[in-house]
Formats: sequence, structure tokens, C-alpha cells
Amino acid sequence: MRLIERFFKEPRWGVHPDDHKRPAADVPLRMLPQPARVHMPLQQHVGGAARPVVLVGQKVLKGQLLAQSQGNISAPIHASVSGTVTAIAEVTAPHPSGLGFAAITIESDFADRWIDTDPVADPFALAPEEIARRTAAAGVVGLGGATFPAAVKFVLGRRLGVRTLIVNGGECEPYVSSDDRIMRDFPEQVVDGARIIMHAIGADESLVGIEDNKPEAIAAMTKAAAAFPEVKIRPVPARYPMGSDKQLIQTLTGKEVPADARAAEVGVLVHNVSTCAAVHKAIRLGQPLVERIVTINGAAVTAPGNLFAPLGTLVDELLAFCGLAQAPARLILGGPMMGTLLRHGRVPLVKGASGILAFDAVEAAVPEVGPCIRCGSCTRACPMGLLPLEMAAHIRSGDLDGAVGYSLSDCISCGCCAYVCPSHIPLVQYFSHAKGELSARERAKLRTEAGKRLAEARLARLERDAREKAEVAARRKAERAAVKARVPAPQPQPQEAST
Amino acid sequence: MLIAVASLTVLGLALGSLLGLAARYLAVEENPLEAELQALLPGSQCGQCGFVGCAQAAAALARNEAAPTLCPPGGRAVAEAIAARLGIKIDLAAVRDDGPQLAFVAEDICTGCCRCSKVCPTDAIIGAAKQIHNVIREACTGCGACVDRCPTEAMGMVPVPVTLPHWIWPRPATV
Repeated sequence: MRLIERFFKEPRWGVHPDDHKRPAADVPLRMLPQPARVHMPLQQHVGGAARPVVLVGQKVLKGQLLAQSQGNISAPIHASVSGTVTAIAEVTAPHPSGLGFAAITIESDFADRWIDTDPVADPFALAPEEIARRTAAAGVVGLGGATFPAAVKFVLGRRLGVRTLIVNGGECEPYVSSDDRIMRDFPEQVVDGARIIMHAIGADESLVGIEDNKPEAIAAMTKAAAAFPEVKIRPVPARYPMGSDKQLIQTLTGKEVPADARAAEVGVLVHNVSTCAAVHKAIRLGQPLVERIVTINGAAVTAPGNLFAPLGTLVDELLAFCGLAQAPARLILGGPMMGTLLRHGRVPLVKGASGILAFDAVEAAVPEVGPCIRCGSCTRACPMGLLPLEMAAHIRSGDLDGAVGYSLSDCISCGCCAYVCPSHIPLVQYFSHAKGELSARERAKLRTEAGKRLAEARLARLERDAREKAEVAARRKAERAAVKARVPAPQPQPQEAST
Repeated sequence: MLIAVASLTVLGLALGSLLGLAARYLAVEENPLEAELQALLPGSQCGQCGFVGCAQAAAALARNEAAPTLCPPGGRAVAEAIAARLGIKIDLAAVRDDGPQLAFVAEDICTGCCRCSKVCPTDAIIGAAKQIHNVIREACTGCGACVDRCPTEAMGMVPVPVTLPHWIWPRPATV
């Protein structure tokens, strides 16, 4: 009986890696001392980079607008410390390429002076549009890692008539516990943020999905939500990737989000617990998003745990605060399954960074790659129901269109397939490579089309110029002929032939 | 026998004249293959293939008078597409492909002669007489038509710089 129950309750996708969350998750939250300098990148979100509105040498207060959003999908950037802007220049991006991106550097004055904020005592008296506007102005983006501007989702949810808000407390990535910590330490902020979002999108219930490996968070959240029957705490089985929106939606509501569709189209909207807390701060306190909780973990760290740190702090400083037992063999921003490989620690903490992992040689060991034995383990693990082995085989032979035929675009890059592969084939790298190549192709196609349009416009211009020149010449000739006809010239004009 | 001969003759004449009329009134103005090939070419009319423009190059390709590898700015991608359309095999390794390129102006030696901006097929070079010229990166197709025109060798080609959103994971080493 128990077996049958298990069979039906447990999702038939994903993997169950050792979560390594404790002891870091149980260590009380620590505050990072004011860093001497922060680097605020202009691109910490999906969409257009923000445009700087401060000058080098300018004094700024904590929470002051540094760069405003550009375009429909974008987010502003605010100062995370008070001090002086010393540079607007390139810093290394938290990206596997190690390339740079533009950032505003602020030298801290250690005064930690906030700008005048505009708190709202009763957010439920505000119009939903006003909540979206304030959230956008506070630079709140999805803090689970996707970094999609939160206010854009509010507007979308309202337009599509979303009834259910799903609050994502899944946090399925091993090692990372920043969401766990925010639910344990600030559950009332999360619940209040969720209620504000419900008001903003016009939803009538919110389901908080929390993996059952976080009993303390479930207890704290249940207590905080006791007064609000519309906020329902729903423990979900701990299984990777439960924190992925499509999987969480299916587990909580039974609805499946179709390929190429957004969650809002099946009547639900997903926001992370940390995003809810950020919305609470943005509306109730008027504070923009300038700080976040980040997990520092990994065997190379002496005192792993969660830190409350200003955005823009260098990863090296965060690691130094927790202490390093040895030089890390590998540095990762985010979780070990989907995180970003860092070349070095001189990169700033960004809005979407939930964890920083410093692995020792044992954790970072890469097993030797073998040939595919077509065992099919990856197809059983894939939460999207794809055939990773077939897609990888096509990409390996350079047939990207073949891989697209196996729904490469539905791949969420969760890494389950590579995790279970007995031959240790780097499947996700194949998919990332193919997705990059395909978007490069798409860009090249658009560029060629733009080039053709420009070339046609130039030809049209040249033709028009030639025609106008000829018309002007003809008119002059006619005028001259008319003058000549009126006043009979005593002698022939020699210039006439030269026109 | 006479009936058979007569009927076949009538049939032949009728069908023959029908075909003749069809050839006259339903005639295709140009080879449809040409249009398809032209769509594959970059369309910047740079003239590096030796033809006046992409339309003429496509016509030559359709008549099998030019090699699919004729387009230097198109590189391997265009050569591959043309060869696939024409159904011929080519040696892609022989095609020179330095990746996407951009024109640039060495500002210290530009004299502002305007020769480069006159030949640019996409109007990607801006500048006035006796003023330093410059390249609008978004409009430059990297055809290289401007490079030879510069009397002071101030024009050159550089690979398109790799930026964060354009970076691609390398393909894993195969086993």
C-alpha cells in the first residue's frame, strides 16, 4: 500500500541529490560589515541595461537611484551604500566567459545614510497599477535567479486574469539556503509581500510551496500565515527541480504549462519568497532593492552560512568574511546544478545571486567522460519529458536543427540529465552551446535582413538623387532657353554647351 | 488505319499548339532558382564576388557559371546554404571565413576624403568632407568594400567583438 502511495505521490521526474544544505542553513543570519567599495552593475536583470543618471564624483545616499530602466522590460539600479561615485566602468561579470560589463563604483563613507523613503501604511488602499509602478521603481526583480522584472509580471498577471499566486519556496538547489533563511527569519515579510502581490494582480488565493526538507521554514510560515486564510502553506516533496516554476505549478495545481506558453496563460503566476519580501520592503518601507541574503557554502569555506549583504559587494569579500580554509578549486554563483561558474572572486554580488559556493578539490572533481551507452537514465530524469541523449547526439554531429526537432527549446537547463548520466557526458553544455548557436544564427539572419533593407534604401536614394539632378539640369536649360528666346542674343552663347 | 493516323495527327497538333500557347502565355520571366539563391546571399551589393550585385551573382549561380563559394562576406554559412540548395558538394574547409567582421576607421590618419562613405552599400559610414569618418556598427555588414578605397589606409576590418549576450558556450570536446 505504502509503495503504491509513494508511486503516485512522488513526481516521476527529477533527481534527488544530497542537499548539503545543513549546517549552513541552521547558522543564524549574519550581517556583512559595510564594504569599503561596491560595484553596481547596470545589467542585473533580464531585459535592457539600466542607463546611469549619476556622475563620477557625485555624492549618493543609500537607496538613491543610480541608473534608470530603459525599455519595457528593464529595472533601475540603486545605491547599496552611501558615499561617492568614483567610476562608471567595466568590471568582470558573474558569467562563465569572464567578460566585463558596465558598473557604477561607489566608495563608501561608512555612514550608511538612507535617502528619504516614501513608506505606505496601507498598500491595499493603493491602486494595483500604483503597486506595480512602485515595485518597478524599486528595482525589484525575480530573486530566485531568473531576475525577470517583478512589476512586468504583475501587469501581465492582471491582464490575463490570474486567480492564483504561487509563492516559490521550493529552493531545490543543493547547498543554497537563502530562501529557507528568509522564510525562517522574516516569514511575516514574505506573507505580507505575497498579499500585496495578490492585490496587485487581483488573485484570490496564494499557494506557498515549500519543500518538505525545510520543516523550520514550514513551521514559521504556517505561523505567519495563520491570520490570512487566503495564504495557504503547501509542503511539497523535496525533489530537484521542484523550484522550477513549471514543475511547482504542476505539483501544486495539477496544471501543465504548455510549451512556448507562460505560466500566466494557465491562470497562475509564480514569485519567489525572496521577491515577496523585496516587494514588502518596496511598498511598506519604500526601500528599493539594495541588499539580499546570500548563502556562502562549500567545503573550502570555514564558517558557512547565510549573509545579509549589500548588492555590489565583491564575492572575494563575502568569502573572506566567512573564512576560506583553502583556495577554492571552483567558485560558483548560484547553486551547483544551474549556477554560474566564476573565473575568480572579483565579481560583484548581483540581485539574482542566491548563493556563492567555494568547492574544494573533492567537490569540484570532474569524472572522466565516457561514450553514451543509451541506457535512457536521462530521459527518466528529465522533468520536461525530453530525450537528452538524442538531442546531444544531434548536437555532437553538428545537426542543430535535428536537436530542435527533439524540442531543445523546452529544455530548462536544470542539469538532471547530466547528474544521472553514468557516462558523465556534459549534456547541459551541449544544450547551452546549441541554444547559443541557434540564437546567434537568428541574430545573423536579422542582421542580413537589416543589411538588405539598408542596401535597398541606398539604391533608392541614389536613383532619386540622379533623377533630381537631371530634373534640375533640365529646368535650368529650359530657363536659359526662355531667356534667350525673349532677348535675342547678338551673338551665340559659348557657355550653353557646357551645362 | 487512316482513322488512327488522322486521330493521332489531330491529337498531336492540338496538344502541340496547346503547349506552344502555354509556353507563350504562361512563361516564367526569370529562373525561380535565381530568386531563391538571391535570398540566400547577403544582399549588400558589395561586388566582391566579381559581379555587379547579388542579383547578377545569383543568376550566374543558377546557370552554374559560378562556384557556391563566391561570396566572401557570406563565409561558410552562405556557401553551405547555396551548395545545399543547388545540391552540390563543396569543400567547406577551403572557404575562407574569419567570422563576422566590422569596418573601422583609424581616426588619426583619416583625411575626410569621403571615398569610403560613397562606396558603402549600406550607408554605414558617416562623415563629411575634411571631417573624420566613422562606422555605424549596427549598419556595417562587414563586406570590406571600403577598405581598398581609402587613400591613407585608414580603413580596416576587425572581428566583431564578443560581448556578454553574444558569448556562446563552446561545444564539449567529443569522446
